[in-house]
Amino acid sequence: MIVTDWLQWLFFLAVLLAASWPLGLYMARVYMGRPCGLDRLGGALERLLYRRSGVDAGREMDWKTYGLAVMGINLIGIVAVWAVALLQGVLPLNPLALPGVDPFVAINTAVSFATNTNWQAYSGEATLSIFTQMLALTVQNFLSAATGMAVAAALIRGLARRETTQLGNFWQDLTRSVLYILLPLSLVLALVLVWQGVPQTFDAVIEAHLLEQPAATAPAPDGTTAAAPTGRQTLVLGPVASQVAIKQLGTNGGGYYNTNSAHPFENPTPLTNFLEMLAILLIPAAFCHTFGAMIGDRRQGLAVLAAMTILFAGFSYLTLAAESVPNPALAGIGVAAGPSLEGKEVRFGPAGSALWAAVTTAASNGSVNAMHDSFMPLGGLWPMLLMQLGEVVFGGVGSGLYGMLVFAMVAVFVAGLMVGRTPEYCGKKIEPFETKMAALVILIPPFLCLMGTALAVVAGPADAVSNPGPHGFSQVLYAFSSMGNNNGSAFAGLTASSPFWTLTGAVAMFVSRYWLILPVLALAGSLAGKKRLPQGPGTLPTHGPIFMFLLIVVVLVVGALTFVPALALGPVAEHLALFRAN
Amino acid sequence: MFARCVAQFKPACFLFLWLTLITGVAYPVLLTGLGAGLFPAQARGSLLEKDGSVIGSALIGQPFAAPGYFTGRPSATAPEPYNALASSGSNLAASNPALREVVEQRSAALNETRAGAAVPMDLVTASGSGLDPHISPAAAVWQIERVAAARGLPAETVTALIARHTEERLWGFWGERRVGVLGLNLALDAATGQR
Repeated sequence: MIVTDWLQWLFFLAVLLAASWPLGLYMARVYMGRPCGLDRLGGALERLLYRRSGVDAGREMDWKTYGLAVMGINLIGIVAVWAVALLQGVLPLNPLALPGVDPFVAINTAVSFATNTNWQAYSGEATLSIFTQMLALTVQNFLSAATGMAVAAALIRGLARRETTQLGNFWQDLTRSVLYILLPLSLVLALVLVWQGVPQTFDAVIEAHLLEQPAATAPAPDGTTAAAPTGRQTLVLGPVASQVAIKQLGTNGGGYYNTNSAHPFENPTPLTNFLEMLAILLIPAAFCHTFGAMIGDRRQGLAVLAAMTILFAGFSYLTLAAESVPNPALAGIGVAAGPSLEGKEVRFGPAGSALWAAVTTAASNGSVNAMHDSFMPLGGLWPMLLMQLGEVVFGGVGSGLYGMLVFAMVAVFVAGLMVGRTPEYCGKKIEPFETKMAALVILIPPFLCLMGTALAVVAGPADAVSNPGPHGFSQVLYAFSSMGNNNGSAFAGLTASSPFWTLTGAVAMFVSRYWLILPVLALAGSLAGKKRLPQGPGTLPTHGPIFMFLLIVVVLVVGALTFVPALALGPVAEHLALFRAN
Repeated sequence: MFARCVAQFKPACFLFLWLTLITGVAYPVLLTGLGAGLFPAQARGSLLEKDGSVIGSALIGQPFAAPGYFTGRPSATAPEPYNALASSGSNLAASNPALREVVEQRSAALNETRAGAAVPMDLVTASGSGLDPHISPAAAVWQIERVAAARGLPAETVTALIARHTEERLWGFWGERRVGVLGLNLALDAATGQR
């Protein structure tokens, strides 16, 4: 690693931590219903929405009603996206006259966007009309993010309240997440993106006559890229900035274009690269402060944030280090020594690409600014493991925090076993019911990853994998790690548009989202009903370094025990073979 | 349970529709208006025109093959390189023998134009998007000899053009130094009075 790599790494971490603090406190005001400033601007709209939709915002919900509401609007979202994608051929705003999407790809895309995964079984510019991008995908980017944030708010209330069944009103949490947090941040970010060059227009298709016309048919100096025979380039524009802003802020990740944020129209400059990375981790990091403020003990939030930050710093450092090593297979063939740039963009370089890879997999974002498939074996391993840890190292908006709080409960449970006392977290006893729900949340994603991978290897289409050797297995493992944890990034050489992949993927994404949300809400309901215990001499303080260490160890051990064998067959074997052969 | 479902059904449907209007229509339309007002050129794709017709976008790379032009990065888009309708990387794994093979071919072909000097990495590896508009300053410098000879320009003139089209790192450390290939080639045309 060179000096600028270190500087970029440190600078990013510092800005992230500094920016998350004020936002987190602001978000706590939003979820506690206190004046937050923007409510003066949007309060009238908020009340109008409730009135027109028949929402009684003053009426709180128990966990079952809250869960029903979550499932209701999410199922409607899935059906709506599927229908729009199928019918886009006859809908307006379709300048390329694209036909309806393949029904299997449409199911996959609908589940993918409703679950905040944004796995791309489609190729944006070549498959989806402006209508579909705006009214189906952009909307789900907001709603799926707001769903995760609302569930996190409900879990925090479960810890903060005592002897009640009420967790808040889902419609209110959802609406406020959109109006006061996601929408204003998206507007600001999108405007900066437009300034930097991200298109935002309804003139969708521009025919350009290339500078060098094919009449000048000199042999290409690099031997492989002949001049474009047409001498033309069709530029696809559209409302790109509006979607890119929310896809990052909402940890969604689904791109307007096939190559996502590697595409110069989505991510044209180093500045946009920085802001988009920051946007990915901003709300998940801020949520830790929101948690601390809402339960009335800021130190609890700081402890969780510290654990996440330490894990992230470690994994991002490892990814940067792996990508700064030259590919030994490219030595000795007349190429200047240095890190490989295959699949990377010059304006980001190896460091900007590796840091992004860690950011996008730590959060359940999944947008990419370089092709992870072409990373060094270890450069692909660390992002893959970040997903496999359950998307709790910052994680998705809301979902990262509720995932990490579940790990915190497991950590106090483990600590309780060691000293022989009833475990407590934030003054709440962690009893068999809570432990069972926590076990579900922790075990379902790894089960989906490994079972999906096994099924694909045994019964999947043989031609889906594009690279030979252990890397082919890595492509499959990466795909299910991504879908089974609602991330959405890919080793993109994998052909994932066949019915096998679209359907198994849809199941994995659906289960890993809602079968986690429902136990988390049950957990919240159960915690809300408990008394708050005073701290005793046997209480493990959950804001100190011992607890932080324990939390980090639990996250790593659960992830490592589950995935080391599979990783050994994929990236580890590839790494050893690559460096031994060359 | 059934009563609860019914009670939440109306808010779910209506709130979905209202939020669709706000986030799926009002938000992008408002932003399009703001973009057109504040940053009209960028909002429309940073298009470049020459003699009244669009020759491309400043942000999107183009294929160049003539010896008098600087070439950009290899592009893995199908069916032809730099196809902006289908952005794509090669997705070749670091360990895939096909990667070494294609890099070796490119390196050998480039070395025909300038034997002996190791080829910069970005000239032999395909970009992530297949539309990368930039090359590294080293990759531009590497091509000076060929371009200057084909154009009949002194090497110093070409070197100065490269320097003028080199973008620095942000704040001195963020991102990478880079040269926009299309802008550089346009400047070359202007310098030699070529259309």
